[in-house]
Amino acid sequence: MNTKNKEAHSEIEELLPWHAAGTLSRSDARRVEDALTRDPELARRYALVRDELGETIVLNETLGAPSAHAMEKLFAKIDAEPARRQAMSRNLGTRVVEFFASLSPRTLAFAGSAAVFAILLQAGIIASVMLTETKTSGYETASAPSNPPAGEGAFTLIRFAPQATQDDVTKFLAANRLSIASGPIAGGIYKVRVAVTGLPKAELAEIVKKLQGDKVVGFIAITE
Amino acid sequence: MQVLFARHHVRVYRFVLRLVRNDATAEDLISEVFLDVWRQAGKFEGRSAVSTWMLSIARFKALSALRRRPEEELDEETAERVEDQSDDPETALAKKDKGVLLRQCLTALSTEHREIIDLVYYHEKSVEEAAEIVGIPEATVKTRMFYARKKLSELLKEQGIDRGWP
Repeated sequence: MNTKNKEAHSEIEELLPWHAAGTLSRSDARRVEDALTRDPELARRYALVRDELGETIVLNETLGAPSAHAMEKLFAKIDAEPARRQAMSRNLGTRVVEFFASLSPRTLAFAGSAAVFAILLQAGIIASVMLTETKTSGYETASAPSNPPAGEGAFTLIRFAPQATQDDVTKFLAANRLSIASGPIAGGIYKVRVAVTGLPKAELAEIVKKLQGDKVVGFIAITE
Repeated sequence: MQVLFARHHVRVYRFVLRLVRNDATAEDLISEVFLDVWRQAGKFEGRSAVSTWMLSIARFKALSALRRRPEEELDEETAERVEDQSDDPETALAKKDKGVLLRQCLTALSTEHREIIDLVYYHEKSVEEAAEIVGIPEATVKTRMFYARKKLSELLKEQGIDRGWP
């Protein structure tokens, strides 16, 4: 490898964390993708980056959230500043407009995608409920629901790859018989049900390993 | 303000908590952060994302709080060493899990390295945004991220996992 190639390699390698997080510009992402397909060693190093990204997300997600006391304390402090409060409420409409204007294009794009995905998901749920109702005999006791309760089953946390389309995600879920249990939470992560009953840890790890290979999956981890 | 708080407080709290490593301090700091946001709302020019602006305020508050800490408190490295020495059989078993080990090493990184790793991987900040939050040039962001990852590999190696990089 000559010096020029080495420099290019190093520059591309420095971009891997941002490529994994989906925060590169389209042109940089294309450069990285090209390099990854050409260079197996770079692809191996990219797998390390994805491991780091996954575990950083898991680590942060386990940190919990602040208590309601934090919010109470904040608003008590704001209440102690009457003059500013008046100004704040007078300009609320302007501030809301400014707030949305200040969101980055990527955030807006993500919010848009999430909304479209939620609509598709809702349509899917309505359709499946209607189909289930058609198939059953029409009588069902309240104590014996045909669908598993929300908290039961085996679950994973999945963040879909930034380049995955809604169609890709829908096909991926259908092909692997997965369903979205909740989400997206922070980081665009969905809680996905992989089985209606609990699975042994080893079996679940095997499923996660298989799903990890799909290009639609940006990040995946086992969860409770 | 409620909307802004509801939307961002958990992430801001986690960012601060990873820096100060104390629940109560982190909780106190986020109310200070959002109070500053409220006070400075008029100055926000919208040239960056709201979350980027908030994280830079949060970072400033967290680092100021760290500087105010009494000297008798354990420094980070000492704390990590104490944890290592007190490994019971259960912890030792858990360490065999690569994911658990990686998370332990992520926790053991210096404040500077934890911060950049979190900003890039968890808070999904671009090179430009991370540079704005930390207040360093974009080239330094890339270099710092590289060295944070290198340190992570070294810590993993000390725990018996050789990633073959760098």
